[in-house]
Amino acid sequence: MKTLRQRNTRDNLMVGLLYASTILVLTPLVIIIGYVIVNGISTISIEFFTQELGSPSRAMQGRPTGLVHTILGTLVVDSMALIMAAPLGLGAGIMLSEYPDHKLNPLLRVMNDTLNGMPAILKGLLAFALVVKPMGAFSGLAGGVALAFVMIPIIARATESALMTIPWSIREAGLAIGLPRWRVVLSTVMPAARTGLVTGFLIAFARAAGEAAPLMFTSFGNNYLPNRWTGMIFGPVDTLPQRLYSLAISPYKEWHAMGWAAGVVLLVFVLGLFFTGRVLTRQKFKV
Amino acid sequence: MQHEQTDTIVEKPVSIIYSWLGDRIFLTIVVALGLSIILLAGAMAWVLTEESGMALKEFGVIGFLTGTTWDPGVQFLFGALPFIAGTLITSVLALAIAFYPAVAVAIFIAEYAPRWLGHIIENLVHLIAAVPSVVIGIWGIFVFAPWMRDTFYYPIYEWAANHHPSMLPILGSPIGYGMATATIILALMIIPFTTALTRDAIRQVPKEQREAAWALGATKWEVIRMAVIPYSRGGIMAGAILSFGRAIGETMAVAMLIGNNNNLPFSVMGPAATMPSVIVNEFREAVGNLHLSSLMAIGLVLFVVSLIVNLVAAYVTRKLSITGGQSI
Repeated sequence: MKTLRQRNTRDNLMVGLLYASTILVLTPLVIIIGYVIVNGISTISIEFFTQELGSPSRAMQGRPTGLVHTILGTLVVDSMALIMAAPLGLGAGIMLSEYPDHKLNPLLRVMNDTLNGMPAILKGLLAFALVVKPMGAFSGLAGGVALAFVMIPIIARATESALMTIPWSIREAGLAIGLPRWRVVLSTVMPAARTGLVTGFLIAFARAAGEAAPLMFTSFGNNYLPNRWTGMIFGPVDTLPQRLYSLAISPYKEWHAMGWAAGVVLLVFVLGLFFTGRVLTRQKFKV
Repeated sequence: MQHEQTDTIVEKPVSIIYSWLGDRIFLTIVVALGLSIILLAGAMAWVLTEESGMALKEFGVIGFLTGTTWDPGVQFLFGALPFIAGTLITSVLALAIAFYPAVAVAIFIAEYAPRWLGHIIENLVHLIAAVPSVVIGIWGIFVFAPWMRDTFYYPIYEWAANHHPSMLPILGSPIGYGMATATIILALMIIPFTTALTRDAIRQVPKEQREAAWALGATKWEVIRMAVIPYSRGGIMAGAILSFGRAIGETMAVAMLIGNNNNLPFSVMGPAATMPSVIVNEFREAVGNLHLSSLMAIGLVLFVVSLIVNLVAAYVTRKLSITGGQSI
């Protein structure tokens, strides 16, 4: 039998361990973000946002280089992905939430979760087989498709849970004044749930924007701006995460520095989306 | 405006096109969109099977899974065992490292921290999952791996060289980029998933459960130990399995830090490879059809392993009926 003092000592010891673990887990986060920002900010200049990367010699000879093509490419590919993923995710979310007893729902839920749990690199392989192979070329479109595969299950789940938070009485009110079901969904339920829907989009977008693995062999990468804007869609395109990887594993010191800068831009981009999503969610709960 | 609309609805009988047909069309569109997600998941399985056919035919399924040689250059022999081993070893060890701290953070958030602090810590833990893995990778390449090499690997290696030379092959070359480094980074990256599910599970422990323990005179830790943890075991398990799934699929940070050595046996500090890392490293440069097909076959193995892990996690979650599981 332990004495009370022993038990209290144990209690305090565990509290100490819990504090220690929390600090242990959060320290690397602070260090990583700190390092990336400190190292990256020093390389960021106007040229970084206005010049294209070019060949390694360009950086080594000190000529102006930057990642404007990468930043534009990221925006193009990510937007394409969102445009492709949004209808699918919304549709599936509506199906799960508004038609709860549809026969396909259990299967849809399992498949959606399966897709969500699959490593992003497999989504890249799928996009490679479905888009790159038939088209015969790496393209921004293929990258967009790969990222859409990343976004779809996240949007579907977020849509489902956003719509589920709307009480059934609202739907019943709509049906009671004679609205058909589709108008109830589109004009009462979805507007009421719009914060949740937007949050879902943001979080899916943020997740996909940070993914490099599916882009390595779909949008492939490109050191230059394409000659025409269609090159962003049908030709190989640079994207931030994939360029960051290429810069980091390159043998050039100047490119390593640019890698840190790319890291800052990517971090600010992704975390900005992430925080906007978080703030919106919190507002939703307050109302 | 609002008034007018109400009037029209009351006056005119709702047209069949508007309600009956509108509903049909809407349902058809929604089901078609839902169905395409089902097809997409199916397509992933089918495409990977189809594309890996050539490699699996050449080496046989068992032969491919147990083959230890991966030589795209000279012999054109492809065996997946090194990568399967690399993935499983790093993921299991990462989970082992991450598990206790992750659960501890969840307990701290839910039980000890004041509300505002708990909120902040929770968001910071989510933030770990939000940081892109390439960003963690670049920090790993330039800061973490060299630091680990100078602080731990060199001294350990030197000590072993002087006292126990027989240990050297097990330790492997201390270049900094290898299994140990990748596993530690992997552990950091999967913590948020265990923490999120554990915290959800702890929130669902009924008050009576705790009060019963308090009434027996338990100290705060004893309440957690006796009432809270056993009750939320299912959520903790599901979180751990899900984290394991994340570890299996984590690609970029691992590819940047593991050193990329395709030959067994792996050593503790020396370079190794995982299934995602070999795909991302070689797929862009693969020329031979057999090489491409073999990489697809590795993807298929990865698919099957992830599928099993996800299904087990779903089963555990459902069985113990702990809602949540939706992470960031």
